[in-house]
This record gives sequence, structure tokens and C-alpha cells, in this order.
Amino acid sequence: MYGWLWRHLPGPTLVRLLIAALLAAGVLVACFLWVYPAIAPFMPFNETTVGEG
Amino acid sequence: MSTSRVATRPPAHARTAGRSRASWVAYGVIGVIGELLITVGVLLLGFLVWQLWWTDVEGNAVQAEIVREMDFAPPPAAPAGEGPKVAEPRRDEPPVMDEPEHAVSFAHLLVPRWAGEQERPISQGTDRPTVLDVLGIGHYEGTAMPGGIGNFALAGHRVTYGKPFNRIEELQVGDPLVVRTADTWYVYKVTGTEVVMPADVRVIAPAPNQPGVEPTERVITLTTCHPMFSARERYIVHGVLDYWAPVTDGTPAELLG
Repeated sequence: MYGWLWRHLPGPTLVRLLIAALLAAGVLVACFLWVYPAIAPFMPFNETTVGEG
Repeated sequence: MSTSRVATRPPAHARTAGRSRASWVAYGVIGVIGELLITVGVLLLGFLVWQLWWTDVEGNAVQAEIVREMDFAPPPAAPAGEGPKVAEPRRDEPPVMDEPEHAVSFAHLLVPRWAGEQERPISQGTDRPTVLDVLGIGHYEGTAMPGGIGNFALAGHRVTYGKPFNRIEELQVGDPLVVRTADTWYVYKVTGTEVVMPADVRVIAPAPNQPGVEPTERVITLTTCHPMFSARERYIVHGVLDYWAPVTDGTPAELLG
């Protein structure tokens, strides 16, 4: 998977490293902005009020 | 002998080609599964970082911004210019504001015991998506407002989302809990703490732990999760109004110590 990705990245090693780092950062930002906030309500902690059972 | 045995085996390039087709598929599948599992692990670690660190960074900034935007007038300074003026405690009938609309921030909470903790806004409502996760401390709808007879009941996160009640276990009997609305200080004193089950709504009853009883006291109740990082129980702090003072009279002595 990552091997395939690496082989299909253009340019010399340094450029590939940069692109790979950018892709990883993009995935992380997407997670922080949308994915994690979406799954957080399903986590079994953080309830602070009484009356929710 | 040995030469003939070698000669009966297929040529080297054919051998490797035959073995590599099957192994290429097997290793490929195992490799992809392995990489996916590693990726899931890294993303879960990322979730922890987001939940335990980033929501605090975001929550603290947002709550500080709300406090700034509420733009409460600063209490007056002493005439001689020697720092702030101490407000005279008043124990007559305090002014009590009406309940605001849902998700409207209407007061600040200051707790001297939590030195170093920022001033937090108090907003109407206690649901997580619109109040607790984004605005900080929430006020149970239908419970008393600051200074009112009954139970001014608040909820807040103990971990994550700015964790306004993170240090709740440090509170001791007699500690002041200072609530400020636009015009009035309300100084409550802690009377006790308890750990209850999540369904125990009696703690926010108008007369705490006496549901159905007509309230006679002006009390405050803080609720948050317990133990930390768990939703198994609730940590409860009760307090009672000690005195009130108009903001134009100065600052409560409790905040100047």
C-alpha cells in the first residue's frame, strides 16, 4: 500500500519525502477538523451532567 | 549423480517465477492488512491527542474569547488609587436575573482555590453539542439563577473541551465560589462534596437531595464526571450563598486575597 504509493510519487527521494509528509499532514488535519469531532460523542467518557442515566 | 539431479530441476528463472506468483499475492495481502492495522493504530493515537490536548487548547481559547466578548464592566478602583475597592457584603434580597435563551452566556465563574485557572463563562443549557463542548460551563435549565432561592446548578467537563471543572476535587468546605453577572457579584461558600450515580438528579433538586421539598436557601451545585476519564459516577459540589454585592460597589474580598 505505502510501497505502491511511494513508487507512484514523482521526483527524487527528497521530493517524495516532502509530498508524503504533506499527505500525512493533510490526513491528520482532516481527522482533527472533521473525523475526530464526529466520533467523539460515541466515546464512553465525558458525560458530566446528572439525569442522563 | 549430483550433476544429473541439478539438470532435472527447472531452470532458475522459471522456479522463482512460479514461487513468487503465489507468495507475491500472499505477502501482498498480509502487507496491506499490516499497513492498515498500523494506520488505524496511528489514527487512534491521533484521536487521543485530539481529545486530550487539542479540545483543551480550542476550548480554553474559545471560553476566554466568550468572557472577553461579554465585556462586563470592570469593578471600580479604590479612590486613593491603591488597587481595587473591596465590595461591602450584602445579605438582603439579591437581584435575580431571568433565565436567558438556550446557549446564551450570562455569567462568569471565579474560584480562588483554582489559582491560575482562567475566568469561565456560564451559559444556559447542559447539552454537549451546543453548550458543554463549545461554551464551557452550562446551567441546568429550569434550576435557579444566581442568587435565587433554590439550586443554581451547573455542569462542566472535568477533562477535555477546556476542562472548566478539572480541579473540582481541590475544593474544600468553606471555599468561595464567586459568580458574576453583568451587574452583581454572588459569593457562595462550599458546604460539601459527594460522589453519586449519573441518574441521581436529586443533587440538583431545588433543595439539594430533598426532591419535592420547597427550597428556602440560595444554593449552588456543580456537577462533573467522576472518576476522571470515566462517566461511571458524578462528582458533586454543593454551596450556599454567603453574600452578594453590586459590581459598582467594588470587588469581593475573596478575589483580592
